[in-house]
Formats: sequence, structure tokens, C-alpha cells
Amino acid sequence: MTALIFLIFACIAVFCGISLVVQTHPIASALSLIGVMGSLAILYLQLGGEFIAMAQIIVYAGAIMVLFVFVIMLLNAGAETPTFQASTFVKYLGIVLLVAFLGLISFIIQAALPKTEGVVFGGFQGTAADVGRKLFTSYLLPFEVTSVLILIALVGAIVLARKEI
Amino acid sequence: MPANFAPSAADYLRILPEIIMTVAGVLIMLLEGWLGENKKRNLSVQTFVAFAAALVSAVAANGNPGLSFSNMLIVDGFATFFRVLVIAVGILSLFSATQYLKREHAESSEYYALLLFSVTGQCIMATANELIMIFIGLEISSIATYVLAGYLRDDKRNNEAALKYFLLGSFATAFLLYGIAWIYGTTGSTNLSTIRIALLTPGSETNVILAGTAAALMFVGFAFKVSAAPFQIWAPDVYQGAPAPVTLFMSAGPKAAAFAVFLRVFMTAFGPITSRWEPFVWSSALLTMIIGNFAALMQTNIKRLLAYSSIANAGYVMVAIAADSQIGVAAAMFYLAAYAFMNIGAFAVVTHFSRQGEKFVNVEDLAGLGWKQPVTAALFSIFLLSLIGVPLTGGFFGKFYIFKAALDANLVWLTVLGLLNSAVAAYYYLRILVVMYMKEPGEATLSLQPVGVGIAATLWISAVGTLVLGIFPSVVLNFATASSALVK
Amino acid sequence: MVKLITKEGLIPSHVNKLFYLMAPFVAVALGLISIAVIPFGPEITIGPVTTWMQLTDLRIGILFVIAVSSVGVYGVALGGWASNNKYSLLGGLRSSAQMISYELPLALAVAAPLLLANTLSFRDMVNYQSGYWLGFIPRWNLIPEIIAFIVFMIAGFAETNRVPFDLPEAENELVAGFHTEYSSMNFAAFFMAEYSNMVTVTAVATLLFLGGWQPPFPAPYSDVVPILVFALAGLIAVYHGLHPARRMDKFTLPATGLVFLGIAAIFGLSLFVPVLKTILMALFWFCGKILILLFVFIWVRATLPRFRYDQLMRFAWIFLFPLAMLNLLATSLIVALTTK
Repeated sequence: MTALIFLIFACIAVFCGISLVVQTHPIASALSLIGVMGSLAILYLQLGGEFIAMAQIIVYAGAIMVLFVFVIMLLNAGAETPTFQASTFVKYLGIVLLVAFLGLISFIIQAALPKTEGVVFGGFQGTAADVGRKLFTSYLLPFEVTSVLILIALVGAIVLARKEI
Repeated sequence: MPANFAPSAADYLRILPEIIMTVAGVLIMLLEGWLGENKKRNLSVQTFVAFAAALVSAVAANGNPGLSFSNMLIVDGFATFFRVLVIAVGILSLFSATQYLKREHAESSEYYALLLFSVTGQCIMATANELIMIFIGLEISSIATYVLAGYLRDDKRNNEAALKYFLLGSFATAFLLYGIAWIYGTTGSTNLSTIRIALLTPGSETNVILAGTAAALMFVGFAFKVSAAPFQIWAPDVYQGAPAPVTLFMSAGPKAAAFAVFLRVFMTAFGPITSRWEPFVWSSALLTMIIGNFAALMQTNIKRLLAYSSIANAGYVMVAIAADSQIGVAAAMFYLAAYAFMNIGAFAVVTHFSRQGEKFVNVEDLAGLGWKQPVTAALFSIFLLSLIGVPLTGGFFGKFYIFKAALDANLVWLTVLGLLNSAVAAYYYLRILVVMYMKEPGEATLSLQPVGVGIAATLWISAVGTLVLGIFPSVVLNFATASSALVK
Repeated sequence: MVKLITKEGLIPSHVNKLFYLMAPFVAVALGLISIAVIPFGPEITIGPVTTWMQLTDLRIGILFVIAVSSVGVYGVALGGWASNNKYSLLGGLRSSAQMISYELPLALAVAAPLLLANTLSFRDMVNYQSGYWLGFIPRWNLIPEIIAFIVFMIAGFAETNRVPFDLPEAENELVAGFHTEYSSMNFAAFFMAEYSNMVTVTAVATLLFLGGWQPPFPAPYSDVVPILVFALAGLIAVYHGLHPARRMDKFTLPATGLVFLGIAAIFGLSLFVPVLKTILMALFWFCGKILILLFVFIWVRATLPRFRYDQLMRFAWIFLFPLAMLNLLATSLIVALTTK
């Protein structure tokens, strides 16, 4: 059952990921990205990272992507027009190369995988309390330093966007 | 881990430089609002005080080395060396920036704050013992630098530089992050020592492919930050487009910090799989030197020329990394210090010479500088000679130690090719000297104002630094050698 | 509802069909999905089976509701955009901006009672609120967290696009806003989404601040309340139905009255059947509280004028957000000082 759910949502994630790249319209791409985020959240949930799963949806799907979609709508960006027309030969060669590359990657992973420890569904301590405790004990410093990162991103955005120096 | 974990006093002491600079950065932005327009001059003084305090505390922290914040940070000689180096770079770029900003009518607290934050990020990188901290430090340093590169936002060149730097830099960071994810998936940890232990554990041979992939991805990220080939393409455009004092800063500070994490990650975490990554670093080092030096031959814009020279210098440091030894680490540390001084000095001259709107940035514009302002020209000559690697300058001993380390590691071919490259490099540095001393002063030189206090300070400090490293190299080298045994 | 479904659906020719058709269903699906985690009552035992009056209990139910509500904006935004009409687009944009802005005070207001109860599960939240201070004041979060409650309700109004925050569909400015181009079932779906969001917001408010299914008076007294309420309603209905002035309602009013009386009788009966009593009492108090809050929604719609757009944003960022933040700070300070 869990394996089935995993497969379904993994497939959705991959499908949405491909769709994100292939779609010509920015809104469609953005929505595909939301699909990726959503299915990833389900996968996190399966691993037991329930807080991460919800944070993924709230932060990425609910906040960041809404802003993306908002900006795309505001700019009324149209579908992109292909700037160059690849020849048929190149297209088919590309498919062959892609398949070869995927095969190679999966072979490498396959070769390495059996001996590495697998991940167990639900084997991860990811409740909100666990995450909070980790965040304020062993990961205290990165947590605090991240605020500096966000601060300079804000300052930087203001410096570059204001009217006069 | 106890639930009521609270950082100890020693923890705070070890991160004091970062705390000082962060608080100062925030305060300076607030102060501008409180003090009003006419007190802007004080901002640079306050920034300097913050830097000086950070420098002192960084040295003080070295008296009490060790891990802190649950092994997130490590204060050791290596970390202290790079901390002091990047803070010194911060101070020197502050000196040269004040006058420049006034000239461009663009002085504001945010510039100083971003400078402080950027150096904070680099200090975090220097002390980080954990991939997460490395990533956050790198991002702090990079984002602040992206903004600084586009600081004069009405200038098209600034915009171009900032946008290119930002887009390519984010892309490279994504590679780094992907590498971190791989290594976490492989070893289950982001702590450098733990990763090393995991890779050394018998039976983990199968992980080598995954760890190698991670190392390759992280190599891409770091190579971008240090502008090593084949990821150096951004550097000339960005260095040319950014304001001169920012170029001065980012060609020394972020680069030194990026090399610090490069060394620490590859020597500590990926130490057990050296045989995998060494060929890549080897070829990247060679490629970087060749591209940097040969492309520099054809440049007429002096900022662009120095950008390619900075790429070439990154190549020399890569040689030291390829040596993969303690001597190599020490040599890289020494070279980065020497490089910081001579490069900052050279860019300070460019900052001084370029005038408002950076009108004069061609090599030919320097014609006759030797007669108009002999002191400036003499100092510039010291930096250029050091970049060439003439004895009695820091550059000579830097190169000497690097190629010695490479020879010790049996990298004979790399050494030979590197030396040939240095010979090529001499050509374009000497061309500047020729233009300065052997040509009649042109319009650019004749209208030159006297050197301001800030720039003069930068020039003299850099020159003294270069010469001290050249005449008494053992002081720094001994410290570097002593601290080159990274905590494994 | 049925009427709207059976109407012919028109698809304007200038719309982006896929997104146009998708938007209302996204909206309604996200509107309804939250109800899955909302508990209606306590644990009950019917014969051998012990269950909770709840579809599913997530340990992070409250987060789940926030997550779903944060995604809920897509229905409106997409609908507005896909309609390819400038009024619709403006409506969609307004609602995105509004919902993002009010999401923050909403989440901060929710966080305050979470700190008190130290849980993210609705069940534990309600259990935390059981009991009484001094024997008669219910231990609801409403009393210590009155500011959070008010902030939550205001943000809830904005999240559901209700008056006075219904800028996305301000008819005097934007025709009908994001659903201008919609008809038939699609239109109904948007409205269903809006009303189900209202129910969700009120249900969450009830669970977080008003003690869920816990009655406001201690047990012996509270058990009598539903009987009294329904009997009174039934008697009034019957009385008015028999009144000669109301010819038209000669049949319906007395019938309704009888139904109410019947319900009152069932409640009376349930006092002697423990299983039934638990279920009915919980349902009565839970639904009663929700209905009161829904009444407030409608009441406000009939009372207050609409905000101007800049006022709306300023209100969110300059007043509501800092207020919620300060409240959260104060709460966390108190919690930190009182817990060991």
C-alpha cells in the first residue's frame, strides 16, 4: 500500500517536473511546479516528516508559488515562442542521448543502491515537536544565522529597488 | 542532546566576530536614520571600528580553539587564518570604498552594512564544520556581494554585472546544494568529520560512487565561487561591470573564503576519496591557469585584465589543492594571503585612477603615471611585480611554496606547465609597467587628482603586506603550516 | 444548488479552457478537504466499536488546515486569470494579494492557543479546553486569547473573501470579480467553496477558541439547554402557526414546530441513553457554536461597508500583523514563565 502510494506520487512528481520544463506557458509551468511541491509533500508525509510536509505546502505551494503566479499574472506574460527550430535529426538524437543518460544514471544508482541503507517509510522522527527541538538545540546556530541571510536579502532588495541611493 | 541545551560562554566567544559584525551592520543602518544626512562620514568610521573589533575577537577566539554549537563551528588555526584574512580584506576595501562612494554620490549605510554582512558570511564559511553552515555562510556572502555588484543601480554596467553574477551564482549554488543533498543521502550526515568517518568505514566502498557524485557536484559549486575553469566565464564580465571597490573586495574576500571551504570540505570530508577528485582538480587547475593567462594577454581594459589575472591566480591555488597535502594547504593559505594584498593594491590603483563614472579604465590611460604620481606608480609596480612573482615580494614565495608542494606530490607536469604560465603572465603585467613609465602622459593622467587618504591607506597597507610576505615569509608560513593540519 | 447544476454551462470562447474548467474544482475541492480533519465530538462507543466523531485525526490537523487554506487561493486566482477578462483578472489578483496578506495574521493568531495547549491536534486542543475555572467559567482559549480570537475572525473574513473584505468580487468596481465569466455548475462550485470555507473557518475558530464540543456550563445544567432551546423554538413555531394572521404558513410553521418539539423530545430521551447523549450533546454544542459564528458572518455582511483596497492592505500589515505578533510574544512569554 505505502509502496503503491509512493509510486503514484513519485510518478506525479516526475510528470509534473517534466511538464514544468516542457510547457510553454509560464502559468502552466508554475502550476506544474505546485504539483511537484504537493506530491513531494506527500512523500515527506510517508517518510514520517509530517511537519516538513505541511511546511512544504504552506511555504512553497502556499506562499512562494502564489507570489510567482501573482507576478506572472500581473505581467501578463504570454506563452514563450521558440527562438530557434531544432532540426528533426537533433530532436531524435536528443531523445537517444537522453535515454542513454538516464540508463547510465540508473545503472550507477542501481549499482550503488543495494548496499546502502534504504529509507523506511515512517522511520523518520518528523513531528513538529521533534523538528522544533532539533532546531533549537543542535541546529540552533544555522537557524539563527539564517535570519541574517534573510535580513540581507531584504536589505539587498530594498537597495536595488528604491528610487535613489 | 539535552533538551535544555544553551550555548556556553565559550560558544559565544568563538562566534564573537560574526556577532559583532552582524550587530554593527544592523546598527549602522539604524544610525543613518537617527543621525541624518550630514553625519554620513561617520558611517565608514563606525564600520572600521566594527571590523577592528571583529579582528581582535577573531584573534582572541584562537586562544580558545575547539568546536562549538553542537559541532557546527570549529575554531582552529585554519579558521582563524581565513577569518583574519577576510576581515583584513573587508577593512582594506572599506578604505578604498569611502572615497569612491563620495565621488559617485552614492554613500549610504546599506553599502557598509552589506560589506559587514558579506564578511560575516565569509567568516562563517571559514569556521564552518558543517555543510549546512557552509551553505548558509556562502549564501550570506554571495547575496551581499550580488547586491554590492549592482550597487550603483543607475549604471548599466553595474546592472549587467549584478544580474550575471546573480543568475550564474544561484545556478552554481544549486549545484552545491544538490551535492550536499547527495552526500547527506549517502552518509546520513552533513558534518564534515562524520562524513569522513562514514567514508572511511570498511564496507562503505560502495558509497564511493555516490560520494564521488556528491563531490563532483560540490566541486562545480566551489569552482564557480573561486572562478576556476570551466566555471570562470562570469568573472571578467562581473569584475569589469561592478564598481571598482566592489571588484577589489570580491576578487579577494569571497574568493579566499570559498577556497577555505573548498580546502576544508575536500581535505576533511572527501579526504578518503582523494583519488577520485584529484584528476578533476588537476585538470581544472591547468585549464584555469591557461585560460586566465592567455585571455589576459589580449585585454585592453585594466579591470578585465585583472579579472583574468585573478582567474589565473585561482588556478595556482588549485594546483596547491591538487597536491593534496599539508604543505599544499599551507601553500594555498600563504598564497591567498599574498594574493589578497597584491590584488587589493592593484584594484585600489584602478579605483583611484578611474575617476567619476569609471571613465578611465583602459591600460593605455595609465600612460605616464610614473611621472605624474611616482609614489602611486611605484606602489602599483610592487603589486604587479608581486603578481608576476618576482623575488622579495609575497607573490614569489606564494608561487614558490605552491610549486614546491606540487613537486612533492609528484605533480611534475602540472608544475612545469604552471611555471610556463607564470612566464606568460609576466608579459601582460610588464606591459602595464611599460605603459606607466615609458609613455608620455595622456589626458587621463594629466587630470589626475592627488591620492585620497582612504586609497592611500589601502595602497600602503597592501604594499607593506606584500613586501613583508616577500621578505619575512616564515612568519605567516609557520602559522599556516602549523594550522594546515585540518581537524579530521 | 440543483437549479444551478442543471443549468446549461456556458464556456466563453476567449478563455483558457483547461484552467477555466479546473479553477472552480480546485476551489471547491480545497474548500471541502479541510473538513476531513475537523472533529465533531469526543470519543464514542457504540456497542463494540469505539470511534471518534472525526474523519481522520492528524497529529498536525491544525497545520493541515492552514496549509489547505494557503493553497486555496489558487482556485480564485486561476479562475480570474483563465477567464481572460480584465475584471476577472483584477479580482483574481486582488484576492491573491489579500489572501497572502491575511494568511500571516491568521497563522500567528492560531499559533497563540497552540502555545497554550502545546499541541497541533484538534482533539488535544479541545480536551485542553475542558473543565471550568471557579466551577462555572469555561476554560476556553477565548478568555486568555481574546485578541487572537478577534484577529483570527477578522483574518478569517478576509480569507473567505466575505464582506467587508470582498474586494475580489466588488460588484460596483469589478462586475462580479473573478467569477464574472462563470455560469451554471462552475459558478455554483465557487460559491460552494466560499461557503465551505466559511464553515471551516468557523469550525476552526470553535475548536481553537470556543472549546469545540465542550458545553459552556457544567454538565447537569448544560444537558437541559438543548431541550429548552428546541422546545421553546417548537412552541413558538406552533403558536405562530396557529395564529390567524399567518394564513400562508398554516401548514409549514406548525410542522416545523412539531419537528422541533420532536428533537427536544429526543434530547430529553437521550438523557437516559448515555451513548446517544454523548453524540447529541457534542453535536448540539459544536454546531450551535458554528451557527452562531456563521450568523456573525451574515450579520457583518448586512452591517459593514466594504474596505478600499489600500485600506485593506494597510490594515493587514500595519495593524493586524503587529497585533497578532505582540499577542504571540506575550503568550509565549507567559508560557515560558509558567512552564518548567
